[in-house]
Amino acid sequence: MNRVFTTPMDASSPPTIDSEALGFDRGAHLLVKHALAGVAVGSTLRVVSKAPGFRAHVVAWCRSQGHGVSFDEAGRALIVRGGYQTGRWRGAERSGRSDPRSPDAVAEQAKASWGLAARGSTVEAGGPEWDFALDRKHEVWADEAVDLYRQALAAQWDPETAADWNAPFELPDEVEDAVVQVMTYLIENENAALLVPARFLGRIHPHYREIMQLLAIQVADEARHVDVFTRRARLKGREPALSTVGGQLSLKTLVDEPDFSVAAFLLSVLGEGTFVNLLNFLHVHAPDPVTRRIARLAARDEARHVAFGMAHLSRRLNSEPELRARLANAIELRHDTLSAGGAGLNEEVFDALVLLAAGEWTPAAIAAGFERVQALQSEMAEGRRLRLCRLGFDEPEAERLASLHTRNFM
Amino acid sequence: MPETLLMGAVAYAPKVVTIWEGFKAYFAERGLAFDYVLYSNYERQVEAQFEGAIHVAWNSPLAWVRAERMARARGVAVSAVAMRDTDRDLSSLIVVRAGAGIESFADLRGRTVGFGAVDSPQATLIPLEHLSRHGLQAGRDFTARRFDQLGGKHGDHIGGERDAALALTRGEIDAACMIDSNHLAFTTEGILPAGGTRILAQTDAYDHCNFTVSPGAPTELVDRFVELLLAMSWDDPAARPLMELEGLKQWLPGRTTGYALLERAVDEQGFYDADGRILAADYR
Repeated sequence: MNRVFTTPMDASSPPTIDSEALGFDRGAHLLVKHALAGVAVGSTLRVVSKAPGFRAHVVAWCRSQGHGVSFDEAGRALIVRGGYQTGRWRGAERSGRSDPRSPDAVAEQAKASWGLAARGSTVEAGGPEWDFALDRKHEVWADEAVDLYRQALAAQWDPETAADWNAPFELPDEVEDAVVQVMTYLIENENAALLVPARFLGRIHPHYREIMQLLAIQVADEARHVDVFTRRARLKGREPALSTVGGQLSLKTLVDEPDFSVAAFLLSVLGEGTFVNLLNFLHVHAPDPVTRRIARLAARDEARHVAFGMAHLSRRLNSEPELRARLANAIELRHDTLSAGGAGLNEEVFDALVLLAAGEWTPAAIAAGFERVQALQSEMAEGRRLRLCRLGFDEPEAERLASLHTRNFM
Repeated sequence: MPETLLMGAVAYAPKVVTIWEGFKAYFAERGLAFDYVLYSNYERQVEAQFEGAIHVAWNSPLAWVRAERMARARGVAVSAVAMRDTDRDLSSLIVVRAGAGIESFADLRGRTVGFGAVDSPQATLIPLEHLSRHGLQAGRDFTARRFDQLGGKHGDHIGGERDAALALTRGEIDAACMIDSNHLAFTTEGILPAGGTRILAQTDAYDHCNFTVSPGAPTELVDRFVELLLAMSWDDPAARPLMELEGLKQWLPGRTTGYALLERAVDEQGFYDADGRILAADYR
């Protein structure tokens, strides 16, 4: 603790500070404020100053702060402390605790008036009422978010250096075309996977900091995926290939989903979960080292997104089992909407996957590629079924719902 | 429906609407029907006080001087019922660049001094009076350069003072006039470099705005208005943002002892006549 007063407090003279030649135009108010904090409201602080303009400035400053001021015969300012500094913090409220593990750290409902305040800070009363639609813990929370965020930070990679873009390889034209078609499809899907969390991000109360951070990094993950898939599509001088109505219709149902938990279920648990299988498939069967590498990098990120979706839904279903019926309805509704609209995996993407896995135009190779894609599809369905079971759906229901998933994969 | 207290205010900035809408809600919650009328300038507002259009006016000090003169000329009375704690005992400063060699009033001879709006008590009328008292007349002893912003607003908009301060730092003028708190604010915000200016002179203290009651306004309504105003507390989180916007910590009863300096400036510079008629030729 530094010494504030130059003279001790006694009955005969008020506490005094000497701000020497430091003027109010150079920060003298800090010294005065600091000293006033040690003086009772209504009591006097004496300020000695040699700064030019001191008298005019100390008067203006005291007026603005609600302190009284006069001068003694020696020209020293006698500041009578006003009560307004403490008044500001009357009725202020602490907004939880910063460490999510401490008791009562994270509120079941975040107050609109806490707004952007750091969780754990003391919030002045009377501030603006913020309109964060997702302001209840059960709507967004997962305890695992803290760890997933840390993992995500540690696992960030730079598209520039994470793959060897100059690796020498040449594919037959048709196989290269197939890779470009698959990349085109992946970009479209990653655009959806970027936009869905991004749209919720602006609606989540910042009190739920860990969720906000995790979704932000999820958005950044998807931005990198869009980046690397675009680079791969263009690597041999081609433009991206075909985008179908069916594919976009399927993705639009995801982007349009207004409920956070339902969207997390459809996008992360089902869509990105399925995508992990697809990316792993590409990691194994893609015909060139660049595609194999970027598929692997993207698959790792997607696996974290799935983990968050699973953690959030497990938590919410635990306290709210009736949500299960809503989730099942959401799958069915999406299935009905998509069947009516003819949405699904486009033929070009399916054929491209077969060709990728085949690697050449021989009946034997095509047969092998076809088999691999079929195996992929059953792996995907099995993965969905297992995740649904883990979320507490019974076996037959999990199997049925897993099979209703969009043919577009995401 | 109870009678509504009508208050006039001058719209010198968009925040004026926020402020008085907030006050309207504050009064309504306490059972006082209150509404406000915005004027684009103080002259129109003061005239409205004598046409029965408004019961009270949130007046600049210059508007108070005029209202008081107009009332006297008509054989009626106006009164100042409330003011901000920050309206009392202000002073204006004449500021020069540090090291410019201007150490006394005499050094201002032949120089250019920057002022605020033509109708600004703090940045024009009172500093001119101060210079005149020290033997310096604009046009004769020094060149007056005005930084006009929004005439009719009586200097409420600080743009003129800021422009003068900027012109001072650029060396376009030799001195600039501003209210004490603006000199502090400009140096704090870096508009004026810290230590780059020095205060050549400080005027005597004067008071600023007040709520002026129009002749014949309903006493009970006005009393209730004043009572609620004085009860407004900085500790009340609903009222505090309004008080911050209006720049006060506490409303105080009105007093009229702090306007003599401005009265003298108005007479000397021929801004209004004794009956409150506008004399200033270049004022619009």
